[in-house]
Amino acid sequence: MSAYSVTEPSKASKWAAGLLVTLYTIITLLPLVWIISTSFKTGPDSISYPPKVFFDPTVEGYVNLFTTRTRPAVSELEALPPPDGLMEEIARRQGTIITGPSRFGERFMNSVIIGFGSTALSIFLGTLAAYAFSRFKVPLKDDLLFFILSTRMMPPIAVAIPIYLMYRELGLSDTHLGMILLYTAVNISLAVWLLKGFIDEIPREYEEAALIDGYTRFQAFRKVVLPQAATGIASTAIFCLIFAWNEYAFAVLLTSGNAQTAPPFIPTIIGVGGQDWPAVAAGATLFLLPVMIFTILLRKHLLRGITFGAVRK
Amino acid sequence: MANPIDIAAQATPPTIARKVRGLSDRAIAWIFVAPTIFLLLAINIFPLIWTIRLSFTNYAANKPNAEVKWVGLRNYERILTDEDIWSHMTTTAHFLIWTIFFQVLIGFTLAWLINRKFKGNDLLTTLIVLPMMLSPAVVGNFWTFLYQPQIGVVNYVVEFFTGIPAASFSMLGPGGLAPWSIVIVDTWMWTPFVMLICLAGLRSIPDYIYEAAEVDRASKWRQFWTITVPMVLPFLMLAVLFRGIENFKMFDMVNLLTGGGPGSETLLTSIDLKREAFEKWRTGYSSAYAIILFVTVFGLASIYVKALNKVKER
Repeated sequence: MSAYSVTEPSKASKWAAGLLVTLYTIITLLPLVWIISTSFKTGPDSISYPPKVFFDPTVEGYVNLFTTRTRPAVSELEALPPPDGLMEEIARRQGTIITGPSRFGERFMNSVIIGFGSTALSIFLGTLAAYAFSRFKVPLKDDLLFFILSTRMMPPIAVAIPIYLMYRELGLSDTHLGMILLYTAVNISLAVWLLKGFIDEIPREYEEAALIDGYTRFQAFRKVVLPQAATGIASTAIFCLIFAWNEYAFAVLLTSGNAQTAPPFIPTIIGVGGQDWPAVAAGATLFLLPVMIFTILLRKHLLRGITFGAVRK
Repeated sequence: MANPIDIAAQATPPTIARKVRGLSDRAIAWIFVAPTIFLLLAINIFPLIWTIRLSFTNYAANKPNAEVKWVGLRNYERILTDEDIWSHMTTTAHFLIWTIFFQVLIGFTLAWLINRKFKGNDLLTTLIVLPMMLSPAVVGNFWTFLYQPQIGVVNYVVEFFTGIPAASFSMLGPGGLAPWSIVIVDTWMWTPFVMLICLAGLRSIPDYIYEAAEVDRASKWRQFWTITVPMVLPFLMLAVLFRGIENFKMFDMVNLLTGGGPGSETLLTSIDLKREAFEKWRTGYSSAYAIILFVTVFGLASIYVKALNKVKER
């Protein structure tokens, strides 16, 4: 666009727009900043009024997140030998002693296993299906594609009832495998639609050249199409991962002891005597940070991902 | 049969020709599509059919050995004539309409401002988008902390700017504010979604249209209403469709914020359904409830998509 274009906004209007958008950005990020800052507060600091913007940072929240503690009587506490290690020392400062690890680490690992497992499976199945839909004449193609999309419109609770019953029969309730299959089924619609868009953009001539060179269809798919679609596959994978990572409704209804992920667990973190907000904030911070980083990596494909490929930039 | 593959296959010696073909394309197509379709049939369609079947019974999942009776359409009848459920529908509609209203208003305005292409607009766009990518459950839970009565940050900020004493109102408690509190959180979270889609719409308008309008001496105001708005409209409608479907299904964020309370002021249909199905264990009844909700969202979405296509054709 030339500097003299009539459609170029004036300098003043650019400034005003920049100012307003910056203001909105600051306001919209405040809750997130508050989560992170609360995770470094002490219990009393976190609920003081007026709210504390400046405070002495501490990692109490993180220690409390990873441990379970009890609060012994003061005399008992004083009779104990000196604290062993930093974690114990921080717990003692709050008048508590550590009794063991909390379940947060486990829940976080469940989120990792289920997230990555279902992402890998969605991408594997999704890439195959997307390639077929993109390149071959599949009978009833449009109907099948619409069917795949429409499965996403079902309210999770509506599907959860029979899945709960079905999993109970099959012994899949509260297992990693059950959750991986479930999240794959939810994610696959996104994966197929997005990947089909990416594969549609790879010129057919590449494969045709490979076929003429003596590759089989399958070799052409593996050695020509897959490398070309790598960026698309990677960004689709991140979208699937974020969905599985954030999912709550199925997780809270279908898992309890064994395969529970972090989202249903974090709200249940309770400290010794009342809700431990710094620990909740610490859990939230650790849980949200990876997604924030991935979002920044994804920014080019963001629009495509959130609209099922309906809007491409 | 004049596609390049066949020509190549005919031109090459028989052994290579066989290799080129390998499995037929049709076979590969089926092998590639089948696992996906199978998974969806097993985990989406089969359960849906099962739900339909259960919806005609009085089955209770916590009593698997009790005798299951076929009750015909009685579950549907009871739900559709239940005034409580209609009031939850109204609550859901309130949530849906106001979240969409605010998200469209703020999202479009932001997109329009960002489209001034000031320095650093890319960075700000990425930052603005952050809330929408985060776990609604975890974030919703943290908002209960921000919304705490008396000592919450939100109450403090309100007192600071308006002078209304922080102890005099409660965002999630009684007093009628809770339905608005969930609208605020949803708007905070999802405005960026509408913004991104509007931004794509604004960027799809070619400059020459505005240039032609300038030549015709159309005022900026007129250009906005006759060029910008109509050309962004299909994008905006798409954003509304996505938000509408998502918020009709809304469960996680609101469940953690209010759990439907106080009383049933924020009891959206999804939360009510969860209570019926997994707390009261009225499986048959809640299956009928689920089918009604699914048909509603599917029906409304289909009508809407027809309207959207008409707008696109213009």
